[in-house]
Amino acid sequence: MRYIAVAIAIVAGLIVLIGYFVPALAGVQSVLLNWAIILAGVAALVGVFNLISVHGDKVRRREKGNIYSAILLISLFASFIFGLALGPDNPNMRLLVSAIIVPVEATLMALLSVTLLYASIRLLRRRTDLMSVVFLLTAVIVLIASVSPLSDFIRPWIQQVFALGGARGILIGVALGTLTAGLRVLFGADRPYGGN
Amino acid sequence: MNLIGLGVVGFAAILLLALLLIRRKSPPKLRVIPALTKLSHAVDLSVEDGTRLFVSLGRASLLTSRGGAPLAGLGLLRRIAERTSLSDRPPVAVAGESALALLAQDTLQAGYQAMDAGDLYQPTSGRLTGMTPFSAAAGAMPIVSDENISAGMLVGDFGVEAALLADIAERENVFLLGASSDISSQAALFASAQEPLLGEELFATGAYLDAGASHSASLTVQDILRWLIILAVLAGAVLKLIGLI
Repeated sequence: MRYIAVAIAIVAGLIVLIGYFVPALAGVQSVLLNWAIILAGVAALVGVFNLISVHGDKVRRREKGNIYSAILLISLFASFIFGLALGPDNPNMRLLVSAIIVPVEATLMALLSVTLLYASIRLLRRRTDLMSVVFLLTAVIVLIASVSPLSDFIRPWIQQVFALGGARGILIGVALGTLTAGLRVLFGADRPYGGN
Repeated sequence: MNLIGLGVVGFAAILLLALLLIRRKSPPKLRVIPALTKLSHAVDLSVEDGTRLFVSLGRASLLTSRGGAPLAGLGLLRRIAERTSLSDRPPVAVAGESALALLAQDTLQAGYQAMDAGDLYQPTSGRLTGMTPFSAAAGAMPIVSDENISAGMLVGDFGVEAALLADIAERENVFLLGASSDISSQAALFASAQEPLLGEELFATGAYLDAGASHSASLTVQDILRWLIILAVLAGAVLKLIGLI
């Protein structure tokens, strides 16, 4: 059974990969990708059950922070019931998103800016090396340049020359890593779908 | 253009297979990456002192082009599950994407089974913490602070929200290795994580934790392809300079 699962995964992966280069296989590739999208949708549902199970356990065992788990579960069930009764396009349901979820995420984003500022200040205490100094100096120069008369010159120069060049190098490295990670899965050397 | 792409993939595949055969006979000598050496120590230490490890795989769907980074994270998770299978406290793996959370559960279970410790596996060790980037980060933060975590790994595709997890790890005195495929997240983790990994170092985590010959072979393939790309870029620059292209 295990070998059949591995064989199916490898064949499906190969068909999808080759489908990008050989137009004759594009139809089969499209069918397989549609199946994957449907399975991902089912996985979302299973993921919600996982969320309920983990936080339900936390409430039942009265673990630290269980009050937040209880709030999460109540909110989840309330959203689900209202969503089911009113439909996702209902103005009240839209209000739930625009009045709760968006402001909460915006608040976290604002917290993040403080967190990053604080982390940058602590950086030299944590790692005193050349790269940390370059990182901080660049950040300071870009920040000062944004509010100085030289903003049209210094900031684009750093962003378009140094940062863009470095980013392209990093992205090439990430792309090569993605390619080899994908090939390992295709060969069955790595099996993220389980099995030994 | 399609043929060039197919050629690159085919060449990489042949190289990987060839190097896989060579690497099985003679393991490679890897350069020292201090962050990964510390990670290896942190994993061993967590087994000895009965603390937990925390692995976050990010929020990328495996159906998108960002799916490579979580694959590397799953490879690392598998190795960690094997190395800590006899620990009193199993590692916790979290994800901000449902399918990835399920794969994390599956990977943990496979790791335990590979070490004949399948009955020690707990399904709640693999968790979905949220469906959006910030909710996933917010859902993972209490795990770092409340569940006796001694070391954490962010290996996957994150946004800048990864800095929130790095901050809580710093406050709780938890060793944190941060590796993301996203550029802005790498900058945030460089400033906030105790041990950040940059660029393709993310894909080296498995090889440095002895995950097998395929991981070290794929590092060599990456090196060879990177040199070929460098030569191609230099050749292109020279040809452009002399006006041939």
